[in-house]
Amino acid sequence: MVDKNGKKKLTTKERMQIPRNPMPEQEPNDRICNFDEVPYGYTPELAMAEAERCIMCPKPKCISGCPVEVDIPAFIRMISEGDFVGAARKIKETNALPAICGRVCPQEEQCEAVCVLVKKYKPVAIGYLERFVANFEREHAEIRIPELPPSTGKKIAVVGSGPAGLTVAADLAQMGHKVIIFEALHKPGGVLIYGIPEFRLPKKVVAAEVDYLRKLGVEVNTSYVVGKLDTVDELFEMDFDAVFVGTGAGLPNFMRIEGENLNGVYSANEFLTRSNLMAAYDFPEHDTPIFVGKNVAVLGGGNTAMDSVRTSLRLGAQNGYIVYRRSRKEMPARIEEIHHAEQEGVQFHFLTNPVRYIGNDEGWVTDMECIKMELGEPDASGRRRPIPIEGSNFVIPVDTVVVAVGNSSNPLIPRTTPGLETNKWGNIVVNEKTMMSSRPGIFAGGDIVTGGATVILAAGAGKVAARAIHKYVMGIPFEEEKEEEKEEATRGT
Amino acid sequence: MFEIIDKRELCDKVYQFKIRAQHLAKKAKAGQFVILRKDEMGERVPMSIGGLDPASGVLTVVIQEVGKTSASMNRMKTGDHFADVVGPLGIPSHIEKFGHCVCIGGGVGIPPIRPIAQALKEIGNKVTTIIGSRTKDLLIFEQELREASHELLISTDDGSYGTHGFVTTILQKMIDDGGHIDMVIAIGPVPMMKAVVATTREPKIKTYVSLNPIMVDGTGMCGACRVTVGGKTRFACVDGPDFDGHEVDFDEMTKRMKMYVRYEKQAYDRFLQDEHCRLAKAAEAPKDKNA
Repeated sequence: MVDKNGKKKLTTKERMQIPRNPMPEQEPNDRICNFDEVPYGYTPELAMAEAERCIMCPKPKCISGCPVEVDIPAFIRMISEGDFVGAARKIKETNALPAICGRVCPQEEQCEAVCVLVKKYKPVAIGYLERFVANFEREHAEIRIPELPPSTGKKIAVVGSGPAGLTVAADLAQMGHKVIIFEALHKPGGVLIYGIPEFRLPKKVVAAEVDYLRKLGVEVNTSYVVGKLDTVDELFEMDFDAVFVGTGAGLPNFMRIEGENLNGVYSANEFLTRSNLMAAYDFPEHDTPIFVGKNVAVLGGGNTAMDSVRTSLRLGAQNGYIVYRRSRKEMPARIEEIHHAEQEGVQFHFLTNPVRYIGNDEGWVTDMECIKMELGEPDASGRRRPIPIEGSNFVIPVDTVVVAVGNSSNPLIPRTTPGLETNKWGNIVVNEKTMMSSRPGIFAGGDIVTGGATVILAAGAGKVAARAIHKYVMGIPFEEEKEEEKEEATRGT
Repeated sequence: MFEIIDKRELCDKVYQFKIRAQHLAKKAKAGQFVILRKDEMGERVPMSIGGLDPASGVLTVVIQEVGKTSASMNRMKTGDHFADVVGPLGIPSHIEKFGHCVCIGGGVGIPPIRPIAQALKEIGNKVTTIIGSRTKDLLIFEQELREASHELLISTDDGSYGTHGFVTTILQKMIDDGGHIDMVIAIGPVPMMKAVVATTREPKIKTYVSLNPIMVDGTGMCGACRVTVGGKTRFACVDGPDFDGHEVDFDEMTKRMKMYVRYEKQAYDRFLQDEHCRLAKAAEAPKDKNA
């Protein structure tokens, strides 16, 4: 059989025989000396070859594996036909941030985890393909500004410009609303700018997404701390019809152990902010310094921990350790990040927990005392609970420690917004269907609601919130939403 | 961008900047601080607020040259712009009717005492202010503090002006003389605040100190500004900057403030070297023209 381009059509069996195409990337020894992005990305040929692997299941599972339900088979089909720009636009129908999600989503737990090929073969590299088409669209100046509906005259404030805020802003602008973003830092992007390093998510990719928003008519105010300069209530006085709070989980957790305030002990937020947002890797050209010693221990097993330890190697650490209290299997980081860290020579201390830091007279950390752990019964998170093994203490010499054990919600807005209900962790309580808080007109989404989670979950919450905010400001009751959803569901089956 | 509408030298290496920050100047309260960033390559530095004029939307900060960032800020001129003035940050000072308040400022900690003294005075406290410096020439904001307080007392380390000694020499004498004090607030170098706290500990006088540790974001996100207060770790940016002075671990704070000394020196030396070369070249240039 031959398709319209004269290309031979493969049978399903033949498709399944094609091995998954790896993404070309920088050699580990080269890349630990620079901050350039590790993968080079697919070439058009590789992308088309990988797209051929998709067997176009009659009942694709990948779509429901995606938190924002991107029509994955449709965009992959377009890639196989060579319509890369069309594929990018297909994704953008449901996901405003494909260049970002293609790089940072945990695909192996989402779309790729449910790919039909997983049972016998490797899944289609959906993430690599998403990344490819988003890059292609950006690099070939094919970013299209959709035709905007007439202005509704409604004004919406978006507090925070991370993945949740950017998604809400994009969706609302495309519905004809005036959107103004308020960002506390001097550059928009939230965790995408201050947290995720250049070698994993180049800043230009984030800047392009923000530019896209500006082209949609979104205004971006930086260095504007809502909760301090203006409270949320004062925003309403400034004639905003609704406020979306997407301020993230910006309050670093420490372990509350002895010596944690010694010099050389950083929160991951500080360490990464200095290196990323403040460009401390470029000191003294940039003014912000960062201290990276010979031996750097990073506590935690998530993506932030991997980002920190890999940053430390690039800043000259001789030994980069991951110290994690559970075993390899329980590590929450993306497989690719763990893999990259291993390739770069990161040393893993599993089932290990620090109990105290030891310092010198000048107040600098010199050693970290740890205890070995074993795994007991599963805890509330479903992961087996680590239990210390008495008497197993040992000491690791360290000059820099990065604490990457999660974040709590930033209290600035809850503290200054009377009547805004929060739970015992300080997260804003919302109706999951609408993302509206206990205060009518105040919506929230992302880590400020869920606690530390992923970029795509935050973006997904942003999408839900945008739909509800639209109804709210247009005076459409939320109940209709339910009915429409039902209708859509019926149509879909 | 935030315009410098007036800049003047107060004493050697110390400059006062009046910056147009309309919205911020209306919202800021006594005891809060801002974060300044000079330009795109610049670091984020916390600065105390030395004065607020909500009507004209002007903010006063006083910057002492101690490293590259402060030096390059002090080279800015009237009409230049700061890339960012972020704030108002931190919790405002606790202003209530205490009775007799003693406000203490040392060095560049003197300017931020002014809005606090004013606020305390406005709601009916009796305000005595003590300011001190190493020597008379380095004493700043004397007139401003005289206006902001009922009584102003001055100390210099070398005795060139006011009482010979430290601000604590005066404070100790007030206590010894049986003067009734309901509350003390101190802003200045860490050794000064530590000495004030040592003086008021025994007579159990409520003493606030305003801390200015190293910060990056200033909104609670990074934790660089961790201080130990009452045995607990607090973030000066969102839990402070004012804390109960009797609970603060000043020794730890002193060590933490030295974390980047090596880097600061490297950047400052390079800045001064570059400036020296630039000035030398500029001095040569007209000569060439004449030749």
